[in-house]
This record gives sequence, structure tokens and C-alpha cells, in this order.
Amino acid sequence: MSKPMEQLLQLRQKAEQRLQKEKLSSKIRITVGSATCENAAGANEVFKRVEELMQQHKVKDVTLSRVGCTGRCDMEPVVTVFSKGAAPVKYSAMTPEKVVTFFESHVLKGVPLKALSMPNNARSSAGFSEEKLWGDARLADRFSSVFSDVDFFGKQMRVTLRNCGVIDPESLDEYLVVRGYQAAVKALTEMNPQDVVNTITKSGLRGRGGGGFPTGVKWNFASVQKSEEKYIICNADEGDPGAFMDRSTIEGDPHTIVEGMIIGGFAIGAKQGYVYIRAEYPLAIKRLEVAIDAARKAGFLGKNIFGTDWDFDIEIRLGAGAFVCGEETALIRSIEGARGMPRPRPPYPAVRGLWGKPTVINNVETFANIPVVILDGPEWFASIGTEKSKGTKVFALAGKVCNTGLVEVPMGTTLRDVVYGVGGGIRDGKKFKAVQTGGPAGGCLPESYLDTPVDYESLMAAGSMMGSGGMIVIDEDSCMVDMARFFLDFTQDESCGKCTPCREGTKRMLEILQRIADGKGVEGDIEKLLRLGDTIKRTSLCGLGQAAPNPVISTIKHFRDEYDAHIREKRCPAGVCTHLLTYTITPEKCVGCGACKRKCPVNCISGKPKEVYVIDSARCIQCGQCFEACKFDAVKRK
Amino acid sequence: MTTEKKITLWIDGVQVTVPEKSTVLQAAHSINIEVPSLCYHPDLSVLGACRVCLVEVEGQRNPVASCSFPVAEGMKVKTSSTLLRRLRRDVVELILDNHPMDCQTCVRNGTCELQKLAYDLGVRERLFQGERKHYEIDTSSPVHRNPDKCILCGRCVRVCAEVQGVNNLGVQNRGFHNVVAPAHGAKMIDSVCIHCGQCVNVCPTAAFTEQDGTEAVFEALANPDLHVVVHTAPAIRATIGEGFGFKPGTPVTGKLVTALRRAGFHKVFDTNFAADLTIVEESAEFIDRVKKNERLPLITSCSPGWVNFMERFYPELIPLTSTCKSPMSMQSTLLKTYYAQQMGIDPKNIFVVAIMPCTAKKFEADRVELRTPWGKPYTDAVMTTRELIWMLKCLGIDFANLEDGMFDSPLGVSSGAGDIFGATGGVMEAALRTAYEKITGQELETLDFKEVRGVEGVKETSIDINGMTINIGVANGLQNARHILDQVVSGEKVYHIIEIMACPGGCVAGGGQPYPPRGMHVLDPELGRMRASALYSIDAHKSLRKSHENPGIELLYENFLGAPNSHLCHELLHTHYEPKYPRGVK
Amino acid sequence: MISDLFKKELEKARAVFPDTVVKYIEECSKKKNPDSHLISVLHKVQDHFGFLANEHMDAVSTLMQIPSTRVTGVASFYHFFNFTPRGKHRISLCMGTACFVKGAGQVLNKLKDLLGIDVGQTTSDALFSIDVARCVGACALAPVMIVDEKVYASVKPDQVTKILAEYGFDPKKAKA
Repeated sequence: MSKPMEQLLQLRQKAEQRLQKEKLSSKIRITVGSATCENAAGANEVFKRVEELMQQHKVKDVTLSRVGCTGRCDMEPVVTVFSKGAAPVKYSAMTPEKVVTFFESHVLKGVPLKALSMPNNARSSAGFSEEKLWGDARLADRFSSVFSDVDFFGKQMRVTLRNCGVIDPESLDEYLVVRGYQAAVKALTEMNPQDVVNTITKSGLRGRGGGGFPTGVKWNFASVQKSEEKYIICNADEGDPGAFMDRSTIEGDPHTIVEGMIIGGFAIGAKQGYVYIRAEYPLAIKRLEVAIDAARKAGFLGKNIFGTDWDFDIEIRLGAGAFVCGEETALIRSIEGARGMPRPRPPYPAVRGLWGKPTVINNVETFANIPVVILDGPEWFASIGTEKSKGTKVFALAGKVCNTGLVEVPMGTTLRDVVYGVGGGIRDGKKFKAVQTGGPAGGCLPESYLDTPVDYESLMAAGSMMGSGGMIVIDEDSCMVDMARFFLDFTQDESCGKCTPCREGTKRMLEILQRIADGKGVEGDIEKLLRLGDTIKRTSLCGLGQAAPNPVISTIKHFRDEYDAHIREKRCPAGVCTHLLTYTITPEKCVGCGACKRKCPVNCISGKPKEVYVIDSARCIQCGQCFEACKFDAVKRK
Repeated sequence: MTTEKKITLWIDGVQVTVPEKSTVLQAAHSINIEVPSLCYHPDLSVLGACRVCLVEVEGQRNPVASCSFPVAEGMKVKTSSTLLRRLRRDVVELILDNHPMDCQTCVRNGTCELQKLAYDLGVRERLFQGERKHYEIDTSSPVHRNPDKCILCGRCVRVCAEVQGVNNLGVQNRGFHNVVAPAHGAKMIDSVCIHCGQCVNVCPTAAFTEQDGTEAVFEALANPDLHVVVHTAPAIRATIGEGFGFKPGTPVTGKLVTALRRAGFHKVFDTNFAADLTIVEESAEFIDRVKKNERLPLITSCSPGWVNFMERFYPELIPLTSTCKSPMSMQSTLLKTYYAQQMGIDPKNIFVVAIMPCTAKKFEADRVELRTPWGKPYTDAVMTTRELIWMLKCLGIDFANLEDGMFDSPLGVSSGAGDIFGATGGVMEAALRTAYEKITGQELETLDFKEVRGVEGVKETSIDINGMTINIGVANGLQNARHILDQVVSGEKVYHIIEIMACPGGCVAGGGQPYPPRGMHVLDPELGRMRASALYSIDAHKSLRKSHENPGIELLYENFLGAPNSHLCHELLHTHYEPKYPRGVK
Repeated sequence: MISDLFKKELEKARAVFPDTVVKYIEECSKKKNPDSHLISVLHKVQDHFGFLANEHMDAVSTLMQIPSTRVTGVASFYHFFNFTPRGKHRISLCMGTACFVKGAGQVLNKLKDLLGIDVGQTTSDALFSIDVARCVGACALAPVMIVDEKVYASVKPDQVTKILAEYGFDPKKAKA
């Protein structure tokens, strides 16, 4: 065993001892989820309440700490209680009031409260042992050892998010105990850069940022460049509206990113790394800063890291709100302090990147997979997934689905399994209409595509794409013209404006969509959208423009009848497009309160108190005020 | 010598071998395939933004922008296909859809690159028409900015930064709201703009144009109470012919004089006369400083773009800059003093028009320090070469077939030294001819100082005058000038005399010169060389080639000014400078 | 001979900022690739003032020796930077896909209606400003509205008046 590895294992041992003393040996261990979303749901207040209760009752042998987020969004905040010898209990949707209830029962009396905990399925976590959590197990087994008894988690496979919700993100000790930095030391001491590149290539890992370019191949391009200076960049400028797995990963397990970057830097010969992160993620930034500081203090970053002769350091650079900066060359311009406008490729960043030097850019999720590939082996990694898409993928499942949150599944899992299996199907008994993947660059897939496996090629072939992993479930209440308009409005607003087709073309497409939604669409508009969409896809400078028409093209392909209804019948089948709605009052439900009449800005509602009111549809401007005003559900819009 | 690696590829089935670092567009050009392009400019950095120069490259999923796509061995390129035709057409239509439809009333009608592209690519209907952008037109300075006509090709931004080092123009905002403007969207007059007009030159449309000077001139000519005189800068005779079908570099001095006379100007003078006068005054200033060994190097002050740049970017250099007015301002001053006196005309009734290759001259004419005691500018109107071309066409003057005319005296005689003022290095050469003889008292054997000729951005040399080594610096294009100026400021290198011209190549490539003929482009060094050669050939064919030997100048001192650098000279021929705000970043 | 004029310029620029900001800028200027810190510097300045005024950007230009057209070009490119003073209470409405699907658009309209301002603007009494965020990553709570630090989950249009009232919004005054 190499000296650096020996030293690291010693550090781990010490960390474990400290942890044993401070936490693990205690009778009850309480963890509170504490990512941005958890805090927004009230995790801070919950944490404080637990703390107060602990003081108030002067409990002994109970410890409290923060962990990242499990990704079970609509059940946050999540509080997990580990009692010696028992399966951990996951209390969900905690409030300071509910905390008192579970605390009195579980902590003070030793009786777990089923009513407040997450519903778990038949599978019990009897197999749970602290050893499995902290020991030498496969990295990817951590999360499931604690959470797999809950249906939502049990159907997932947590590789990227293995430590999220499990360890304290601000504690280097806890990361060390879950075999943190062993992959880095292994790479630096037992492998040469080419070995590392080969290992990553062999694993079949592909870029998780959207494009799906093989990571090993990318690293290889950069590693063969002869240059004194090279750079490695972590793209944490998660811009897709509706995707937050990168934020969650950094907030829950920041050291993983540091470790992944160390390995990447070593492989390509870069001694400086940058994390480009959104300024909108203050907590993620803070946690990353804490992790980098701790790593630097421990000698994992800086000169002669881990006692080897390799130097590597990381600097954080903040984004400032530009979706296009997710594009590699735009991101580079932004780090250089300029407007984030992409430049034509080739030359690719691996050849000429940051300050003209060879540069590799990978996204957060990609880096989080690196330690797993190194430590658990490329063969194991490659055994997960499909022939061309290896490993797992994290999705941010949201929209009209029962269980929303972060979902990590092996590549090749079908959309149906994600939406109906993990997601638990459509909320409120509504009808499924479409699932949107790939964010603003992706497309909407209808029911007939639900058996599409989620992998890069299959989604692309279906007319959508993997993207960074947003997955929005759409039900019958959403209008597909409106959805297309929403996404195009986004890309149009986020277009950097450098190249003509994206700057001008998306604007024109948006105008056409707007006029269709307004009931002013004419025959030929759909053909124009398709032609313009094709032009933009083929001629735009960067990926943003090239993908911008996708939501429009895919909705036309799968939901053309909705477009036709808007254009020919001036009707919005989902009842969303305001200008196409008609408002009527259902006589049976109207109690004659007159609330609608008072609200109507154009005085087109007539009637007397206690009698049925009537809307003059000829004068109605479809503002919807009456609809909102009616407390008796009497105003109908269609 | 290492031989550059070559790459062989096929374009439209034609085999072509080009240097390794070439782009597909360059390779296509080398075999006379004209791929349509818009944002591309051969002398500026590559942007790849407009997406007009698309070509198909075998193995690429989508068409690529040929301006930025590097050639590769064995590459197969198609420059035309049904798909490319449609895509290029659609892209150009998208530009047009956000552009005013006012070609007929536009000053660039006929010289507009967008108009030509739209025609060439067959945009005959508008499929995607929608909302257009609307901005205020900025007419605050000699360089007018009309963002409505801007197609965001970024050439102006690049020329302002890369060639002029001014960095006044930049793209502001984002996406559909992108607009090219100075910082804070300020008016040009309140910005660090130096009014050099290079943005006007490179603009493919009329987003940047010069302030119109023709209307005031037409009015003056129609006013029976005014005595309207005109003088034309050295560079005009070398370029105006291009507006009437002459090859660049054809000197047309005589036709120019006749044309101006036909246009109705009462007297036609030559700014070159004042160029000679500038040399005499500046040489006296230089000799004086050399003798006292103070305020060296002396830096020339003929180029108004440079003077503006100096006041904003290098105010430290104010004490070193020659206090001589530019030839235009000297000439105009003399016309309202010396000439008025000689002719017995009330100077208030003299209307002085200057034909200049330059937009910054319009700014100079308006400077408060260059006004008559009664508060009017000495130069009443400045017209650029472009404006004069238009004016003559408007008047129906058949320029090409005019007989040669002669300048009026007394302010119409000039030496060859005055002629070469229009090219980079020309002022220096003219000054050296005079200074050398004044200092040594000996006649120069050869008058040609070839070291300072040529279109290179920076030229440095040393000459020996009476055992003293005089270090000389010449720069054109202000980004190049920085190279010398920074060394002056830091004291790194000792210079004695420096000539700076704001525009790349000097006045022959000034911001008011004709848009180049087909096959050539603005900033083309070859174009600069051709135009300059016209001036050098005029000089070479003259017997009078030294400024101080100009008999008109000798007479002027004798009858009016006294000696060079006299009190009256200072009052009339010299000026002063002030630091200006906002300050530019060096 | 340079320095006197230039020193004055620098002094004037320094006086625009508090010492901490000046120090930060000077530290950045000493680093490798100083220009690359422009965005971080603008963040710092906006953190302090709440917005970027022309004067601030000009001072950044002078202190960092970056042409001011580039400073304003960068600042106006990124949506995070704003150029007018923000209200005492900053309302941020999430416009991520999940929030949109769940009706954030209607909430925004209600906000605009009530306050009489558009996104990016501040009410005349300087009490409120509205911004929209591109997904704050709390999709399960959609639609999400954040006032200062406080997060409001599952906001419906008819709750907006009540929420604003917590911060001193007077509906009668607003109508006038």
C-alpha cells in the first residue's frame, strides 16, 4: 500500500473514532435534512425545535446533526431517527409542532410514531446496520441501507446521490468515513493519468450535463494536448428550470465533487480546477467553500496533495444568471469575466479552452460518478444501464405527479417506471398527457412513448433528450401550445443574441405561438413553425439554439390536434389559453351573491342578488376575474 | 526557413491546397468561390455570429460556418445545395425581419451589404415578419448611430477594440435586446468615442453613418451674400476617383478641382498649402525643443482622431503633442484672416468648406478653441469624400470626363511634402525634409525616407542629423499607436519625434473615405497601399518637394505672419489641448 | 508625469466604494488574469448597494482598468445584476417549469396588478420590487414566492394581497 493511502486510512480511522465518540455511539441519532429546499420547507425551524427539546428535556445520549437532502421533495423537511439496533425511522413533512409529537414518543419514550413517518412498503430495513452505512461497502450501497424501505427510494438506485441525506455535508470526517478521497489517492498513487482516462473510458460514463459525450474520450483529448497549463472545470451552472440535482448533490455531498475534480485534473494534467456555480445557490456555494477549505487544510488540495508530488487546487467562480453559460464555450467566457457568449467550435475546449489552454468541462453529476468508477471499478459501473448508456441518471421529477423529487434510476428504466413506479402516477386522479424531459432543450412525449427507456439514444430518437435531467409530468389540465410557448419564452429570453437564428428566429417562433394561443393563428402557421424550427436547429451557433425548437417540434409532432383546435376552432382543449376561453355561469350552482359582477372590469355580468347571474360572452374579455371571485364553483370556463 | 504545412481538401469537387491554419471560407476564396458572408471581416477577429456563410462539410451533422471552420486533410465541402440555399435565405430573412424596410431612402442604398445579400440569396418575400426593435437615433456627434439598422454583426465593436483600441462600442444587454452602444448606452458625444469613423467604414448597413454636411453646403452655395471657398485634404485626390469608376490609387487632382468649381464654389484651394505651413511651424517647434532638450518627443497633431484619443486616453502626453493646428484648421484660419484681408472681404461673409477623408474633422471643426473671435468656427462645413461623391452625382457632374483644373492662389500651391500627408509616415517624411535642412543648413541628397513609408502599423527608425541620432516612431491605427505611446509614458524608449495617424494606413483609409469597390474591403492593406501610391507618385512628379520651399508659404510669412513661431503664428496657427471625460482605459 | 492625473482618477473611483469593496477589487487586480474577476467584483458591489449604478460601474472600470463598455456589457448580459435600487422588500417569484405548471404566471400577474410595477421594477414608495427567479429548486412547493428571506409555498393569486400586507402593503393606497 502506498504511503499516501496509508496516511489517508489513518485519517479515516481517526475520523471514525471521533465520530464514534461524538455521534455513533449515542443511543439515538437524529438527522435533519438541510438543503435549500428543505430549509424553504421549514427545516431550520424544525432543527431549532429539536435542539430546544433536547435542552428542555436534558436528554442524554442523543445527538443531532444536519444532512443533505434525500430528494423526497414534497415530504420535506425529513427528519431521520436512528436508534441503536433498529431500522432508521424517517419522519416527513415535519413542522415544529409535529416535532414535539414525535420527540415525546420516539426520543423520550422510545416508541417510533408510524403516523408521522414515511409510508414504507413490505420490504423492511431489518438488514440495516451501521457497518453497512459507514464500513467498506460499495459506495452506492450507502443510501439504500438507510432509505430503501421507503417505496419511493426502494425503487431507485443511488450512485450519484449516494451520500445525500446520509452524511453531514459540512463534515470532512463523515466523508472520510464513507471512504471519501480513497478514489483520489488510488488514482494518484496506484494509477498513471492514462490509466485513469482508460478506466473512465472503460466504464462507459457519459457526460450528464446533456450532450452525453463519453467522459473518458473527452479527458483523453485534453490529456494528449501538450501544454504547461490545463484546466478542469465543474459546471454547476444548473440552469434548466425544474432541475436541481446538481444543487442537491453539492449541498448534500460537496466533497464528492472536490474528489472527482482532483481525479479529473490528475488524468488530464490540470493543476487548477474551477467550479462555476450559479449565484442563486448560496447554500451550495457555502457548503462547497467549507469543503474546499477543509480539503485544503487536510492537504487534499494545494501543493503536494495527499503527500504526493501532484499539485491541485480549486477556485469557485460565480455565475450571474445566464442559462447559456451552461454551454462550454460560453461558460469559459464567463469565467474569463466576459459576456457569456459561445464561440464556434472547433477548436474544442479540450484543445483551446480557458485562457486558450486545454480545458475539460464536466458537470456536477459526472464528477460525482468518478470516485465510484475508480473505487468500485469500471466493470461494476458498466454493468448498470444499457449497452450505450451506463450507470444511473438523476431526474428531478416534478409537475402533476404524486411523488415529486429527485429520482435516480439505472439508465434504461422506462419512463413509465419513473412516472408511475417511483412517481406514483398522476396526482388527483387526472389523466396523464405528456412527460417533458430535457428541460427547454427537450421535448414532450405522449402516453404512447411511456415505455421508452431513459437513455441518451432512445430519448433522442423519440424526439426529446436526456438533458440535465428535468422531468416534468403534464396532465390533461395543461395545454401543449402553452407549454411550448413557455419553453420557447425561456430560451428566447435566455438566448445570448450572438447568432442570428437563435436571436431572431426564436423571437419569431414565439410570436407565432403567441398568436396561436391568442386565437389569431392562421393556416400555415404550423408549417412556418416547423420550417423556422428546422432552420434554427441547423444553423444556430451553439446547443441552446440548436435545441431551442425541440419543445415546439415535439408538441406539434405528438399533439398536432391541439394546435389545430387553437387555429381552426379557436378553442383551447385544455382550457388554459385565456383568449380562447368562454366563461359561463352554471345556474344550478349560482347562489346570486354577485361577487362575479362586482369583479367584472367590463360590466358584462348582469343579474340581481339572490338570482342567477349571466355573462354576456360577446362583451367578455376573458380576464378570469369572475372565475376567481366565485366561491361556489359556479363560473365555468372552457 | 520552415515551410508551412499544407492541407488539401475538396470544395465543390475542386481540389484545393491551402496553409494548415486556413478556414474553409479562405480556402473557398482561394479558388474564387464567393461564399456569402456578413459578420466576417478578413482583418478582424472571427465571430461566427451571422450564420450566413454556411457550407456543408461531409461528416458534420449540420452545416457549419465556413468563416470559422478550420480546414482538414481530405475534407469534402459543398458550398451550394438546396438545403444551404434555403438556410442562408432564411437566416438573411430573419435579419431583414428586424430591419427597417426603407432601402430607397437609406444613405447606404446601393452600398449596403445586407441589401446585396438579400438580393443575391433571393429573399423575395417575408415569411416570419414580426415585431421590430426601436431605438433612438443618436445624432449627437459626427458619427451617427442608428441601432434600428444594426444587424449585430459586431464589426464595429471589433474595429473599435482591435484596430483602434478605443473600446467605446460594445454589445449591451442580452438576446433580442442586444444593442451596440457605448457604456451605459450613452450618446456618442458623451462617450470615449474619438469620432474616427472606422465603425462607419466597416458597418455593412447604415447603423453607423456620418453626420450630413452637404445640406449646409448647398445652402451656402445658394446664398448670394456668401463667398464660399473650399479646400481639399491631401488624401481626397487619391480616393475620390473610386466613386466614379476609377481604380483605387488613381490620382485625379485636376478633375477634382474642376468638379468643385462646377459645383459652384467661388474659390478652390488646396489644404496641402496648409500642410506645408504645418511642417514649417512644426519643424520650428521641433528644432526649438531639440535645442532646449525639452518636451520630447514631439508628437504630431494633424490627425483629429488621434488628438481626441490623446485627450481621453493619454492626457499625460498633452505637453508633448505639437501645438500646431491641423492643416485643415490652419487653412481655414488663413482663409478668414490672410485671404480675407488680401481680398478685402469681410471674413464673416466667407463660408469655408473643407473636403476631408475623415469624420473626426467634423468634430475638430466644431471645437471651441478653433473659433473666430466672433465665435464662429473657422471651418464652416466639413464634407467627407463620400459626401462629396454623392454631392457631385446629385449635381449631375460627369466627373470621369472632366478636364483638369488648377487650384486657386494664393492658398493653392503646395509641395510634394504636402501631398504625402495623406499616407501614414507622410507627415514624418515631410517634417524630416524640412527639419533636416533647417538644422544642418545642408540640402538633402535624397528626399525619400523609405523607412517611414508603407502600411505597417508601427515603423521605427533612427536618422543622423548633424551627429545627433534622432529616434523616430510612426504609427497608424490607435491600437498600434499604444505600442509606442506606452513606451513614451513609461520612459522605456527614447523617441524624438512621433507621427500618429488614427486610421489604419493614414488618411487614405480615413473614416470618411469611399466604401471600397467589389473585391476589396475596408482595412485591406492592399487598398491602403494603392491609395498611398497615388500620393507618392504625385510627390515624385513634383519639382517642389519641400514644404519650406513653397513660395506661397515664404510669401505668407513675409507679408503676414512674420517668422515661424512668431506671436501671430501662435495666435492663429497653434492651439491647446485639455484632458477630457469620460476618460478612456489605456 | 502619468501618475498625477491617473492617481486622481483612482482616488475618485475609490471614494465611490466602501473600503471592503476597494480592498477586494485591489486583491483581484493582483491575481493572475485580473479581468476574469469582473463578475465577482460586480457581485460584491451589488451585494453592498443592492444594485449597480452607472457611477459604480465606471469606478469598477477605472479601478480594474477594464473599458467601461465592457463592464456595462457584462453587467447587462447577466440577469442577476440590476440597475435600479431594489425595494425595501424584495419579492422573488419562481418561474421554473414546476411553478409555471402550477400557476406561477397568475400569481405574477396578480403581483404586478397590485403593485403596479413590472418585473425588475420598484414601487414608487420604494417598499417592494419584483424579480422572477429561474427555478429556486423547491419544485415540490410550487408555486414558490420569496419575500426577502421568507419562502411562501403553494401560493395562489388570492393569497398575494394578504402576504404583501405582512410587509406593510396597503391595498387602498396602491389603487390610488
